[in-house]
Amino acid sequence: MRALCMLLLWPLLLAAQTPAPRSGLEFASADVRALQADDFANPGMLWVARGEKLWNTPAGRSATSCAGCHREAPVSMKGVAARYPRFDREAGAVLNLEARIKRCRESRQQAEALPHESEDLLALTAYVAHQSRGQSLVPAKDVASVAARERGREQYFRRQGQMNLACMHCHDRLAGRKLLSDTISEGHGNGYPAYRLEWQALGSLQRRLRACFTGVRAEAPAFGAPELIELELYLVQRAGPLRVETPAVRR
Amino acid sequence: MQAVAAEPAFPPLAAFRIDGDAIHAPLAAIAADVQRGRDIVASRDGNCLLCHAIPETGARFMGDIALPLSGVGARLSAAQLRLRVVDQARLNPDTVMPSYYKVDGLHRVAPAFRGRPILSAAQIEDVVAFLQTLK
Ligand code: HEC
Ligand code: HEC
Repeated sequence: MRALCMLLLWPLLLAAQTPAPRSGLEFASADVRALQADDFANPGMLWVARGEKLWNTPAGRSATSCAGCHREAPVSMKGVAARYPRFDREAGAVLNLEARIKRCRESRQQAEALPHESEDLLALTAYVAHQSRGQSLVPAKDVASVAARERGREQYFRRQGQMNLACMHCHDRLAGRKLLSDTISEGHGNGYPAYRLEWQALGSLQRRLRACFTGVRAEAPAFGAPELIELELYLVQRAGPLRVETPAVRR
Repeated sequence: MQAVAAEPAFPPLAAFRIDGDAIHAPLAAIAADVQRGRDIVASRDGNCLLCHAIPETGARFMGDIALPLSGVGARLSAAQLRLRVVDQARLNPDTVMPSYYKVDGLHRVAPAFRGRPILSAAQIEDVVAFLQTLK
C-alpha cells in the first residue's frame, strides 16, 4: 500500500522539484499587466480586430476569404496556435503560425504574399492566436518536429555573438535580474504576437528573438529562417503548460 | 569582379602574459586616462552597466546581474583588474561576463563585430585606470 502511494505521488514529487515556468507577464510591471488584462486598453486588440476583418475579406484569384474555408475562427481556430510550430506534410517543413498563414494566403487564396512583419500578417496571426488564449501550449510530437526541436535546444544552450552568451545565460540563470533597466524574464513566447511598448507596435516572436541575437552582437537569422523556427519549437517545450496570452503586452 | 566593401581590418590583438590571476604588463603603451575609462564603462562600448552597478558613473540605470563595482579598486590590483576585463572566463569558464579582449572561439558574431575585440587595448587600459579609482 505504501509503495503504491509512493508510486502515485512520484509525479507530484518530481513536479515539485522543477519550478513551474513563469510567463513574462509575471515579470512585468503593474501598469503593463493592467494593460494586458483589459481588452479595451490592450493596444494589441487593435490588430486582433483588424485580423478579424481580414479573416472575412475575400482576396486573391480564388476570391475566397479565410472564413470561406475555415468558417468561424472562434470554433475552427480554437487551440490551433497552441499546437504550432509543427511539421506540415505539404510544405515538407516545420512551419510556425505565420508561415502556415502565409501558405494559405499564397496557395489557397492565391493572393499576393504577405511579407514578414507586415501589418496584415501580424493582424491575421494575432487574430488566429487569440482564439487559443487561455489554452496550454502543446509541443509537437511528430518525428520531424522533434528533430528540429533538438536543434533548437542546442542553439538555446550555445554561446554566441561577440558577447558570447547563450539564451540560457539570461533566461534560465538570470530571470528576475535587471539587465540595465530591463527585467529579464524566463523568455517564453506564449504571448506573441505581442504589443511591446518599446516598439509601440505589435510584433512577432521572431522579431523579439532577433533582438536577443542582436543584443549579444550575434548575426540574427532572417525572418522565417529554420534556426528561428527551431528555437520556437524548443521554446514551446520549455514553456510547458503555460497558456497562450495573445495579444500579450510587454515592455 | 564585384567590389566588396571590406571592413577596415582590426590590427592583430596585442600579445599578453597571464601570471596567476593577473596580467601585469599594460596591453598598450598609452597614458591611461581615468575620465575616458569612466566614459567607456558607461557607454555602449563597454556596456559594463548592463550588469554592474557603478554609482560613481552617475548613471541613472544600472543592472544587478553581477556584483556592484564600488570598492573594486581596493580589492584588486591593476594587474588583476586587467585580466578580469580582458578575459574573465580564464578565472571562471562558466561566467556570463564577456571577454573584452578576445576574438577567437566565438560563434556567429555579427559581421560588424567580427574579428574585433569588444574593447581595444588602449580602451582596456583606460577602463583599468578608472576601476583603480573605485576605492
Ligand atoms: C544578454 C541577455 C539575453 C540573452 C543572451 C537572450 N535574451 Fe531573450 N530577452 C532578454 C531581455 C532583456 C528581454 C526583454 C525582457 C523580457 O521579456 O525578458 C528578452 C526577451 C525575450 C523573450 C520575450 C519574453 C516575453 O515574455 O515577452 C523571449 C521569448 C526570449 N527573450 C528568448 C530568447 C532566446 C531564444 C535567446 C537566444 C537566442 C535569448 N532570448 C537570448 C535578454 C536576453
Ligand atoms: C553580461 C554581464 C557582465 C558585463 C557586461 C560585465 N560584467 Fe564584469 N562581471 C560579471 C560577473 C557575473 C562577474 C562575477 C565573476 C564571475 O562571473 O566569474 C563579473 C566580475 C567582474 C570583476 C571582478 C570583480 C571582483 O570583485 O572579483 C570586474 C573587475 C568586472 N567584472 C569589471 C567589468 C567591467 C569593467 C565591465 C565592462 C567593461 C564588465 N565587468 C562588464 C558580469 C558582467
